[in-house]
Amino acid sequence: MSNQDYEIVIGLEVHSELSTKTKIFCSCPTEFGGKENTHCCPVCMAMPGALPVLNEKVVEYAIKAGLATNCEIASISKNDRKNYFYPDLPKSYQISQFDMPLCEKGYIEIEVDGEKKKIGLTRIHIEEDAGKLNHDDYGRGSLVDLNRAGVPLIEIVSEPDLRSSKEVDAYLKKLKSILEYIEVSDCKMEEGSLRADVNVSVRRKGSKEFGTRTEMKNMSSFRSIVRAIDYEAQRQIDVLEDGGEVTQDTLRWDDVSGKTFSMRSKEDAKDYRYFPEPDLAIIKISEEMKENIRKTLPEMPEVRRERYVKEFNLPEYDSKVLTAEKALSDMFEKANSICNNPKAVSNIIMTDIIGYLNSEEMEAKEIPFSPEQLGNLILLIDKGTISSSIAKKVLQEMFKEPKEPQKIIEEKGWVQISDEGAIKEVVIKILEANPQSIADFKVGKDKALGFLVGQAMKETRGKANPQMLNKLFLEELKK
Amino acid sequence: MELYELTVHELLEKLDNKEITLEEITKSYIDRINDKEKDVQAFVTLTDKEALGKVQTIKERKTKFEGIPIGIKDNMCIKGTKTTCSSKMLENFIAPYNATVIEKLNEEGLVSLGKLNMDEFAMGTTTEHSAFKKTCNPWNLNKVPGGSSGGAASAVAANMVPWALGSDTGGSIRQPASLCGVVGLKPTYGLVSRYGLIAYASSLDQIGPITKDVEDSAILLNLIAGHDEKDSTSANVDKKDYTKALVRDVKGLKIGVPKEYFGEGINEEVSISVKNAIKKYEEMGAIVEEFSLPIADYALATYYIIACAEASSNLGRFDGIRYGYRTKNFESLKDIYVNSRTEGFGDEVKRRIILGTYVLSSGYYDAYYKKAQKVRTLIKDQFNSAFEKYDVIIAPTAPNVAFNIGEKSNNPLELYMEDLCTVPINVAGVPSISIPCGVNSEGMPIGMQLIGKQFDEETIIRAAYTYEQETKFMENYRPTFKN
Amino acid sequence: MAVSKEEILHIAKLADLKIEENEIDEYAKNLEDILNFAQIINSVDTENVKESIGTLNNVNVFRKDEVKEFEDKEALLQNATEQEDGMFRIPKVI
Repeated sequence: MSNQDYEIVIGLEVHSELSTKTKIFCSCPTEFGGKENTHCCPVCMAMPGALPVLNEKVVEYAIKAGLATNCEIASISKNDRKNYFYPDLPKSYQISQFDMPLCEKGYIEIEVDGEKKKIGLTRIHIEEDAGKLNHDDYGRGSLVDLNRAGVPLIEIVSEPDLRSSKEVDAYLKKLKSILEYIEVSDCKMEEGSLRADVNVSVRRKGSKEFGTRTEMKNMSSFRSIVRAIDYEAQRQIDVLEDGGEVTQDTLRWDDVSGKTFSMRSKEDAKDYRYFPEPDLAIIKISEEMKENIRKTLPEMPEVRRERYVKEFNLPEYDSKVLTAEKALSDMFEKANSICNNPKAVSNIIMTDIIGYLNSEEMEAKEIPFSPEQLGNLILLIDKGTISSSIAKKVLQEMFKEPKEPQKIIEEKGWVQISDEGAIKEVVIKILEANPQSIADFKVGKDKALGFLVGQAMKETRGKANPQMLNKLFLEELKK
Repeated sequence: MELYELTVHELLEKLDNKEITLEEITKSYIDRINDKEKDVQAFVTLTDKEALGKVQTIKERKTKFEGIPIGIKDNMCIKGTKTTCSSKMLENFIAPYNATVIEKLNEEGLVSLGKLNMDEFAMGTTTEHSAFKKTCNPWNLNKVPGGSSGGAASAVAANMVPWALGSDTGGSIRQPASLCGVVGLKPTYGLVSRYGLIAYASSLDQIGPITKDVEDSAILLNLIAGHDEKDSTSANVDKKDYTKALVRDVKGLKIGVPKEYFGEGINEEVSISVKNAIKKYEEMGAIVEEFSLPIADYALATYYIIACAEASSNLGRFDGIRYGYRTKNFESLKDIYVNSRTEGFGDEVKRRIILGTYVLSSGYYDAYYKKAQKVRTLIKDQFNSAFEKYDVIIAPTAPNVAFNIGEKSNNPLELYMEDLCTVPINVAGVPSISIPCGVNSEGMPIGMQLIGKQFDEETIIRAAYTYEQETKFMENYRPTFKN
Repeated sequence: MAVSKEEILHIAKLADLKIEENEIDEYAKNLEDILNFAQIINSVDTENVKESIGTLNNVNVFRKDEVKEFEDKEALLQNATEQEDGMFRIPKVI
């Protein structure tokens, strides 16, 4: 049999850090960085006698995430303790939610190769993050830092509805996009604020039953997840093809070797002894609370996409790309409100900005300059102060140092020459130097004009107004 | 009469009349501690010198209670002071913050004479499970003081502190108060903040006063009760002045007497003494009725399942990493966990962790933990319906008077039975006050408990006060400090 | 309710406690005793009874999302047996 005879089944558990100011159960800041063990208090350090108090924003954000992903919101919910010993878990239990999560039974719509598909969400629940283990400088031991302990997370559990790494990639991007749109999470990958546990199994096509699955834990880059799934699915198919059986296991993905490794220890299966957290009260969500949160939901990407087509006359494709990420979409709208030239803003974002981000492996929210500066850049083109090719150079400068584009072109001396007398001088100079081109033009070779314009651009280092150049060359040639 | 023999309200009166000074009070207690502590062994840590130092700086009292001494059970965090839970695990633990009750006492200016001995992590009924010392009952030094707040009850009975704070998870204030002939009040769950009380069983633990008389109990409850935003289980109820309930009047008070509390397992002398007290109430004009509270028979099992389950999780944080005992015998991280915990916890604590882990573990959760939580609902319901008929329920506090040290220490289950009368109250979350109602043939005190409905501490305080004023137990009986 | 040696050792392992060979019987017996005693609750009819969660009927106890820094951070570290650079030192975790 070949790969085509198998179907890959994937389910994801995504942990996303919520962008609250304080931790889930105490008033310590969630701010990233800071000296070790300084964003701590008796509660998140699990000092004897300290007690948790739930942050209201955590509940609000989780419900918001549930509403944005078509979930049913629980009317009654509670927190539970998940008991296990690990040095990054100071209480030796994690406060999470077991059988009464805040949100259940939602879905997210993804699009792969032009086909739409709904991916079911089993649940969204709230829980606390663990601390961090650092290695000391001498390799003798580990050092526990609890600044992260108690940072609020939501865990978004999908149904095993995903069938390829491509779908997983689309799902993760969509999920990230939604969480950013509703502003409950920064989704900063480099700070580990979006991580996923990936469950993979394979089965013969047409089979109703799921195969034995393996789990890859705590992966934080979309690219690694895609690679890991492709590798692991193939590994499982190979095992089955060799007549073997897949063993249920927790795996570690190694990005360097591009392989998964078993983390199976000889320990018994985990028994977390979940039970209701007696230190916290029940959560009751009234219709009114739910509706109030619903009112805070912003315009979601699909809606924006349609609006861009109607309102700005943008092509379907451009609208999709622009709205995929809230940061880009917001930049588009704000820049356009300055220059009122949607097509131009869209073009510069779609080609130059996205191109730059991709080549530098940057995220849109890391763009250093403001949407207003981008809008002003477009205005400079529209007013003829600079050409669009100069604009590209200005944009590169803006990525390096976010200054007003006007200031950049002044400093660099990139102001477009639109003075007819000055341009005419250049035109005459170029014509004198290229008699052959004049001859070519006269026998009908239109290409010659392009060559001459190019030479003039070179002479002026791109600063000559191209329309004016064209016009003056034609005038001179027709004389 | 020596100063240390007075109640706090008597001391306050003399202070107000300028008959005595704060320094004289503290010195009186220090002398008394120097005299009796060697016999009673109530303290884990003494801070009497610091208390005297503080009192000596007070020129004029700014608040009513400024400079008044108190003793604190050693499971409440006092910043900068050792807080040990009488466990090797926390032998050298210096609390980095104050419990909310301590903050409240500090605001009023009270001074702590020291931290009082207890059963390790509040698990026990004799204080024999302390890792450091065995506390003796001042009425007979061969006998246990009860537990787990045995240090607090014996220190109050021995006049080494004027009053104390204890904690009660299944009877740990009331039972030692009963065995030591003093007053112990377990407030409604949620009335007093648990923030900074080192948890044994979160849904049952409650801090309360141990005092010489009912009036002091009401006064101390005033000082510690109140909503705390640091404790999510703290009740958001209006603040009350419990001293207003100090009224001698039980006319028309409806008293329910649950017959299950006077049957099997209850010592006969105890039973007779409590019944006599109930007669006294009738004489004073109360309406007494016997009734049945059948669910009480299931409360002890329910209690041990729930309390130990919560404890097994609450005590997970003692891992030898951030604080507490760390084994010297380790190579791996796992060794640190397992050996620190195995060496740092005493046998009773380990027994309860094992039980708690078992009832939560896969395959047993539904049969034990979940079932117990359902029975708990029924226990609450039966108490609620009883309180539709009665204002107060009266029962013995403990099934036995104080017994000999070592007498029952080899049989854990037998010791668990000592909680028989007290645990249903914690499971239901209602308030209960234990007051002395007599002595047995050996001269050992007997206590009865007056149980009230949720947040109705006033009624039980009034009923307890009326009986106390009528019978004057304190004037008739005194601890002997004999062997 | 009989508790086997394996069961006692399994439970001890979940609780990160070590029970020595010569202690197993006693722990098992104590656990059996209390479990046998606890069996009594099985005779209570709890059909249609909801389990209690917590003691009071508190609902929606929340805290505002406002930063309050704990003032005495030194005190949070002072009880550690081993620390380095303000962190708690433990044997190497693989």
